[in-house]
Amino acid sequence: MINIPVTIRISLRALKANKMRSALTMLGIVIGVGAVIAMLAIGAGARERVSAEIDSMGSNLLIVFSGSTSSGGARMGAGSEPTITLQDAEAIKRECPAVQDVGPSHSGTAQVVFGNQNWSTVVIGTTVSLLEIREWQIADGRPLTDQDDRSIAKVCVLGKTVVDNLFGAIDPIGKVVRIKRVPFTVIGVLGSKGQTMMGQDQDDIIYVPISTAQKKLFRPSFPGMIQFMMIKARGSEELDSAEEQINDLLHQRHRIGPHQENDFTVKNLTQMMQTAANIARIMTLLLGAIASISLLVGGIGIMNIMLVSVTERTREIGIRIAVGAKTWDIRLQFIIEAVTLSLIGGGIGIIFGQAGSITVAKLAGLPVIISPLSIAVAFGFSAAVGVFFGFYPAYKASLLNPIDALRYE
Amino acid sequence: MNKTLIEVSNLSRLYHVGDSDIAALNSVNLSIGKGEFVSIMGPSGSGKSTFMNVIGCLDTPTSGAYLLQGADVGCLSRDELSTIRNTTIGFVFQGFNLLARTTALENVELPLLYSGAPARQRREQALEALKIVGLEDRIDHQPNQLSGGQQQRVTIARAIVNKAPIILADEPTGNLDTKTSAEIMGLFVRLNSGSGITVILVTHEHDIAAYGKRLIRFLDGRIISDEKIQN
Repeated sequence: MINIPVTIRISLRALKANKMRSALTMLGIVIGVGAVIAMLAIGAGARERVSAEIDSMGSNLLIVFSGSTSSGGARMGAGSEPTITLQDAEAIKRECPAVQDVGPSHSGTAQVVFGNQNWSTVVIGTTVSLLEIREWQIADGRPLTDQDDRSIAKVCVLGKTVVDNLFGAIDPIGKVVRIKRVPFTVIGVLGSKGQTMMGQDQDDIIYVPISTAQKKLFRPSFPGMIQFMMIKARGSEELDSAEEQINDLLHQRHRIGPHQENDFTVKNLTQMMQTAANIARIMTLLLGAIASISLLVGGIGIMNIMLVSVTERTREIGIRIAVGAKTWDIRLQFIIEAVTLSLIGGGIGIIFGQAGSITVAKLAGLPVIISPLSIAVAFGFSAAVGVFFGFYPAYKASLLNPIDALRYE
Repeated sequence: MNKTLIEVSNLSRLYHVGDSDIAALNSVNLSIGKGEFVSIMGPSGSGKSTFMNVIGCLDTPTSGAYLLQGADVGCLSRDELSTIRNTTIGFVFQGFNLLARTTALENVELPLLYSGAPARQRREQALEALKIVGLEDRIDHQPNQLSGGQQQRVTIARAIVNKAPIILADEPTGNLDTKTSAEIMGLFVRLNSGSGITVILVTHEHDIAAYGKRLIRFLDGRIISDEKIQN
């Protein structure tokens, strides 16, 4: 019969007898568990940020850029040559069955002035569709309408950052701001979307009707030219067919032959986002794996010390066996010692891991999420490390021959 | 009185050394009754320590039978032997073999720990055993705070705490001065005559062996004489 509470007391006493050694052995587990917790927290934070990004982007999105210019052999990149038009956008919406909505856009940076405040921001000329495609809510006032577009109304919808910088505490609805010296009436304020993965502020933006942008603000060289359009497919399964239909239609409309270079680019935003999410997931696994190695090293440290301890206490083991300790009495004594080391180490490691994660969050501005699951896993894992690495020394101790053990010096 | 407690027949214990076998015990036949006080003498290598180890269930014979309280213990498992040591045999060693950094009381409680006695009973029995050996005022001392004689008393208390009917003492006075030796031997005599505990004692010294009632001499793994001691 094995007396567990007594065995635990015997083990604790042995650990107390060698405080410094016990503390140093624990340190390995502290670092291992702390690293696992911190890495998982950082990984989970990154994943959370990516999925928030995907949510804020809207779902099932394609983006079509106008083509690239070549000037003297140097290609200028997507969007540098306005080759797609409003008519293309309307045609896509009309003729591609897999497309649900199209948001044509023409953007530029502009200085915006209200009273004695001014702010440089991105101004996007677009239709009512873009905000719907991006699933962007209006926080205050009203969104752009088709009527605004048809009447080339000088109205605008402001992002939250712009409002904060220009108006402060003043209610912006109905006020007049000057964009490139043209007066615009503020009709609405957008809800906040936060930062993108790259740290870009999505709320630092102004939306105006596309007709107004083209005719009053940016005046492109050819009327109706746009830089890009956001396209929403009818469903995630139809993203690929939408992409194909848009390609075919624009080839036709722009009269591009089979061997000619495209003057437009179609990108699958949702796919890009999913790739980013996958990368974040893999990063988490990788970080976790690296952290696990330090936990493993900590476990080997425990095994090392337990082996030393068994050798050192050969005589003690001999005495215990001689007065009646059974195989499992001895095994449990040493396993409990190892598990105690790893559990106390694990507990301290969890505290350090959390403190570390929070410090990283504060210093690097990374989001971290400490899940109760990761704590439970780290704790369970450190107990398992104790049992696993404690078993061999315990096994060795239990097989000692009492006659030899009693004579051991 | 003379109910047989230990009975060995044709008991041999061989050790492999290199290619050859060395017989530490060679066909030993012996029986020891309840309440006896047996002294065992013999030169080094005569097999007396091996005999004690086998009798004490720390070692198993290579051949031959060993009946302890009528039960054959030659074929028992390691854990079963542990149980027998725990309940039937108390050991007293030359080198004391107490746990360091552990109080006298806890050292004496040790066998009870492994027999699963509840805490309260452990403490009571251990206190009682310490009282028998006259150390009731030293229960909280650790071995390094006790003299040799006191340490040996703690060992004896540990040997009797589980009411074991047999005490095996392997040169219990080897590390003690003459006066302390006499005290320790007096304790053995008291336990033997007062409590009826069977004492089996291994020693080099004739005057220590003389405390016993029966003297057995070993030589080359055999018993060469077995006689009553006249007091």
